[in-house]
Amino acid sequence: MVKVSSWGRLDSHEHDLVPLSDRDQAVRAVAGSRGLAQGNARSYGDVCLNPDGRLWRMTGLDRFIAFDPATGRLRCEAGVLLRNIQRMSIARGWLLPVTPGTQMITVGGAIANDVHGKNHHVLGSFGDHVLGLRLARTDGRVIDCGPDIEPGWFAATVGGMGLTGVIVEAELQLRRVSGPWLVTDTVPYRNLDEFFALADSSEAGWEQTVSWVDCLSGIGRGLFFRANLAGIPDREAQSGRKPKRVPFVPPVSLVNGLSLRAFNETYYRANVLKAGYAIAHFEKYTYPLDNLHDWNRMYGPRGFYQYQSVVPREAGRVAIQAMLETIKASGQGSFLAVLKTFGDRASRGMMSFPRPGVTLALDFPNRGERTNALFDRLDAIVRDAGGRIYAAKDARMPRDLFESGYPRLAEFLQYRDPGISSSMSRRLIGS
Amino acid sequence: MPDSLQRIVIVGATSSIAEHCARLWATGHRPVEGALALTLVGRDAGRLERVAADLRVRGATVLVRTVDFSDPRAIRLLTDGIVADGMPQQVLIAHGSLPDQQQCQRDLAAAYEALDVNGVSPVLFAEAFAGHMEPVGGVITIIGSVAGDRGRRSNYVYGAAKGLVTRYAQGLQHRLAGSGSNLKVVLVKPGPTATPMTAHLPQKGLAPVEQVARQIVDGSAAGKPVVYAPGKWFVIMMIIRHLPAFVFNKMNI
Repeated sequence: MVKVSSWGRLDSHEHDLVPLSDRDQAVRAVAGSRGLAQGNARSYGDVCLNPDGRLWRMTGLDRFIAFDPATGRLRCEAGVLLRNIQRMSIARGWLLPVTPGTQMITVGGAIANDVHGKNHHVLGSFGDHVLGLRLARTDGRVIDCGPDIEPGWFAATVGGMGLTGVIVEAELQLRRVSGPWLVTDTVPYRNLDEFFALADSSEAGWEQTVSWVDCLSGIGRGLFFRANLAGIPDREAQSGRKPKRVPFVPPVSLVNGLSLRAFNETYYRANVLKAGYAIAHFEKYTYPLDNLHDWNRMYGPRGFYQYQSVVPREAGRVAIQAMLETIKASGQGSFLAVLKTFGDRASRGMMSFPRPGVTLALDFPNRGERTNALFDRLDAIVRDAGGRIYAAKDARMPRDLFESGYPRLAEFLQYRDPGISSSMSRRLIGS
Repeated sequence: MPDSLQRIVIVGATSSIAEHCARLWATGHRPVEGALALTLVGRDAGRLERVAADLRVRGATVLVRTVDFSDPRAIRLLTDGIVADGMPQQVLIAHGSLPDQQQCQRDLAAAYEALDVNGVSPVLFAEAFAGHMEPVGGVITIIGSVAGDRGRRSNYVYGAAKGLVTRYAQGLQHRLAGSGSNLKVVLVKPGPTATPMTAHLPQKGLAPVEQVARQIVDGSAAGKPVVYAPGKWFVIMMIIRHLPAFVFNKMNI
């Protein structure tokens, strides 16, 4: 048994860790066994944990199977990191259509959580670009599924939190790009009305839109970032700065009221001065924290939560305002506060998080009861607005909010693999 | 006229360390002159093919050969065949398996197999390739182990096999130095590395396999006689080798 924790470092539990390194062996290991697949453990909460049980560690299944540089179709094992795909494909003029704010996650994890990115309004979520996948069940069955083959299994597995079986391999459709460069634009906004106006006017002309919001201002001031792929293939490629590391866990969280206030003020003012157009390498622009290894240690020994919700657009303006005021009043929050609108397209997955509306994501250092009380207040706002919370980042949402947020839960449960269980499934589904 | 194809042969190519070395070569971590062709040698055709497919996506030209690692005649035929297709510039000999020491003490067949696959077989491959490559030069890299530096109760059968590899590599280096050959022999001694072979052990203190692979590829390019990977094991093993027996024998390592 080995102690394993997820990215939020809230807790560490004993697990029977079984590394898988060969895809045929993986199918055999899963058959007749009980456990949970874990990718690179970048989920914040408990979706990737199975305390006192077995974890199939998938990062050894990191082989490409086939790539067609003419069509951009890639088959690979489920443990391949998104970064390894992009570094292989960019030289041939292809990238993943959708990635989240880190490349350090596996393909299997990206599918199981149906991750989204800054271009959701144009390209949807990760699952929209999966052509097929192979699922190993604990009863020994191997199910090949895709949008047109066994579509029920596919829709349950995309965003299915790893509960329908173990994703062993997948086929992805990459997208043609002219090079690794982006044209970027930074626009400061002073309140939520300005944010929504910017979001509305940017969605047509900008493929990537996201914003940083000053979570302590209460009024929703922030910085709107938008970017497009640039048609400039011939700049000299650069690997970026040398990675840095948070070398140890500080005894207390470095994220507190004082540091946060100073950071937010400085970050906002510095970017107001730098507002405007720029050219940036996609790795540096899209995944800024991938160059700061172990940044999750910054929150100290008690770890941190991420709270990400999405609320429908109609109710969004009022709900986001209410959440920001609640957070300001609590004096808690993080450097990393993200506000973004989702596009109108429905996700393929029964349990996918993205839905039309507006999403707010914040990290919160774990301060025990105080933090829980804040979450209760935020939950009430999300519930009233008819929204949902992102399971990949959750460690504490109440069951009723899970059930109201994910109306296809009953349908999903028909596809559940009874041999697979996680800390999250026991908390939210009861087994 | 020498062709511009750079040939690298990897024996035991499905081992995790070897696979990561192959990825570094395939992606030009150490750029070679001309096109690169990898020949992967292993026991299991299916697993070899899976490794080869991955390397092809990464941009390498890859051939696959299977062989019985414990059959001297098969090893001879295989190496002759590979060389007949084109002389390799580099050979990496990487196969092995970590046996259970207790089982080796109880079961001579297990001990024999451990000595064979970790000691005798790598030596036969190296000897076969060295014969072909001595006149033309190149690099033969053999993966030994820090376990070969001093016998310890926790794994001395494995250590003895790796000790055989160490002595063999020294001898081959001595022979080549005397003959003025351009063939270099690099002996790599990895410390405990996070691979499927060590998956059942506590993971704390295991070196990442990517790091060990980088040191092997860089050490091979430099033609160093001995490479400890990670480098700290040079110091640790220096101390362990020189501990007097009355101290060493009290240690539970």
